[in-house]
Amino acid sequence: MSARIRKAGLPYLLLLPGLGWLAVFFLIPLGYTAFESLKAGTLDTGFIFDWQFSNYTDAISDYNEQFLRSFEYAALATIAGLLIGYPLAYFIAFRGGKWRNAMLLAVIAPFFVTYLIRTLSWETILSDSGFVVDTLKSVGILGEDGRLLDTTFSVIAGITYNFLPFMILPLYASLERVDHRLLEAGYDLYGRRRDVFLRVTLPLSMPGVVAGSLLMFIPAAGDFINAELLGTPNQYMIGNVIQSRYLEIGDYPTAAALSFILMAVMLAIVLIWARIAGTEALLGTEGEAR
Amino acid sequence: MEAGAATAPTAARTQETGRPRNRRRGGKLLDWGLNVYALLALLYLLVPIAVILVFSFNNPVGRFNFIWQEFSLDAWTDPFGVPGIGDALLTSVEIAALSTIGATALGTLTALALVRYEFKGRAPVNFFIFVPLATPEVVLGAALLSMFLNFLVATGFGTILIAHIMFNLSFVIITVRSRLIGFDRSLEEAAQDLGATAWQTFRLVTLPLIMPGVISAALLAFALSIDDFVITNFNAGSTITFPLFIWGAARVAVPPQIYVIASMIFLITLALMLLTVWQQRRAEKMASVRPEPEEE
Repeated sequence: MSARIRKAGLPYLLLLPGLGWLAVFFLIPLGYTAFESLKAGTLDTGFIFDWQFSNYTDAISDYNEQFLRSFEYAALATIAGLLIGYPLAYFIAFRGGKWRNAMLLAVIAPFFVTYLIRTLSWETILSDSGFVVDTLKSVGILGEDGRLLDTTFSVIAGITYNFLPFMILPLYASLERVDHRLLEAGYDLYGRRRDVFLRVTLPLSMPGVVAGSLLMFIPAAGDFINAELLGTPNQYMIGNVIQSRYLEIGDYPTAAALSFILMAVMLAIVLIWARIAGTEALLGTEGEAR
Repeated sequence: MEAGAATAPTAARTQETGRPRNRRRGGKLLDWGLNVYALLALLYLLVPIAVILVFSFNNPVGRFNFIWQEFSLDAWTDPFGVPGIGDALLTSVEIAALSTIGATALGTLTALALVRYEFKGRAPVNFFIFVPLATPEVVLGAALLSMFLNFLVATGFGTILIAHIMFNLSFVIITVRSRLIGFDRSLEEAAQDLGATAWQTFRLVTLPLIMPGVISAALLAFALSIDDFVITNFNAGSTITFPLFIWGAARVAVPPQIYVIASMIFLITLALMLLTVWQQRRAEKMASVRPEPEEE
């Protein structure tokens, strides 16, 4: 083997195991999902491939409520995440000083606790005779038989909490990279704090806002654990439907069709976002080609 | 890049020239507000963890551990006293360890190829790696099960492992890649000039240099694997991992032992994290002895 061929073939050789794994256990399964989604039949008689496109139209008309709810909850959680996360990321990046690493550790600390347990913890905090409900009742914000658990609020709050670090980390990364000399220039040019923030800091941190929103929105829209543990069937999202259709009812074609629609919508959102934001920021490939 | 260091020269300049002073106008209140807000946000992030730690010492009445009754060490002295919980945890640790090794090895090779070599098709490959990250977990899990069902593969330990390596790969690739991007290639060239073979160069120069990135990727993979519920739930068959155990318990009874094990996982992860940070800092200190190349 000549050195030249080795050089040309080496990258593909290195790529082969990883990409092969993804091809076999990610891409091909998606193909099977497509195949599954076009089958007709019932669990008892078995499912047979039949180009059953009505699975898709039925899935949308039967579950449009859960679809819309998923995107609504995910959008609200993402906005809440921005409102909580941006000031915190800003604070850590500009005022953190020597506490910066400790605060970043606190940001990712929720990830050290099992996801389901974090959610159970919120169930504890928001439970009917818990401290929070009692306090809100005594102040009069919550009525005598008011509840926090099993409401839309508790589900969105749970989603916000569970995916918040995904928002804060990219926000911090982009704020931390802001060149302080640009801010100084803004002040030297008699910019007020608000002007400097709106015209310098905020635009420079937009890649973080875009990446963080996406990283939070995607898992939030597909989530079903918060709706299951912190909500009732009235709060069920599309993830709840997919998982119960698949694992509890055994209605594979509908579950597969729903999965495909969900993935298609997600990819569309990501690609539109990528158009707006530029793909480098999204794929994290800045500075790669050397 | 410390904030304090960057503002200091301006403060001096402001004194000299008496120029921009307006940046301080009304700033005190805003500063104070931001500090309070940030502290509240941090508190919000930490409160549920504190609740878990505290409730692991609870002695609950009934099946659920939601209301504080009294302090008790019972659960901590017998953390595996609930039938099945120890086996579930062991299964989780085994899968996490194996999938971490698999995903880190495969992902590091992929990242090396992506950063180090010019080749055709890099853009589609980057996109292909990104797509699993943009796919909701429930879809990843359901799709994989579709394939296993079609091939009549019995789901269990093996299929969970396959699934975990799959969803960990993209995370590993991206983490290692971000480390590789600032990599100084002249060190490798120097090794080769000194007569090292390609393999020697990789083992003695490249690998030690990218090790911090590989270790962070492995830690991330381990954490993601031991925590995963959604994809595992689809492909587990009758195998029970720790998150699956909790899911089963959440509907029937939540013993304080679950909180004890969660607290243990939290404390161990925290310790590992602090250890890695400390080691990296020490390595950086040692590396900073030699002159650093100018940053872009």
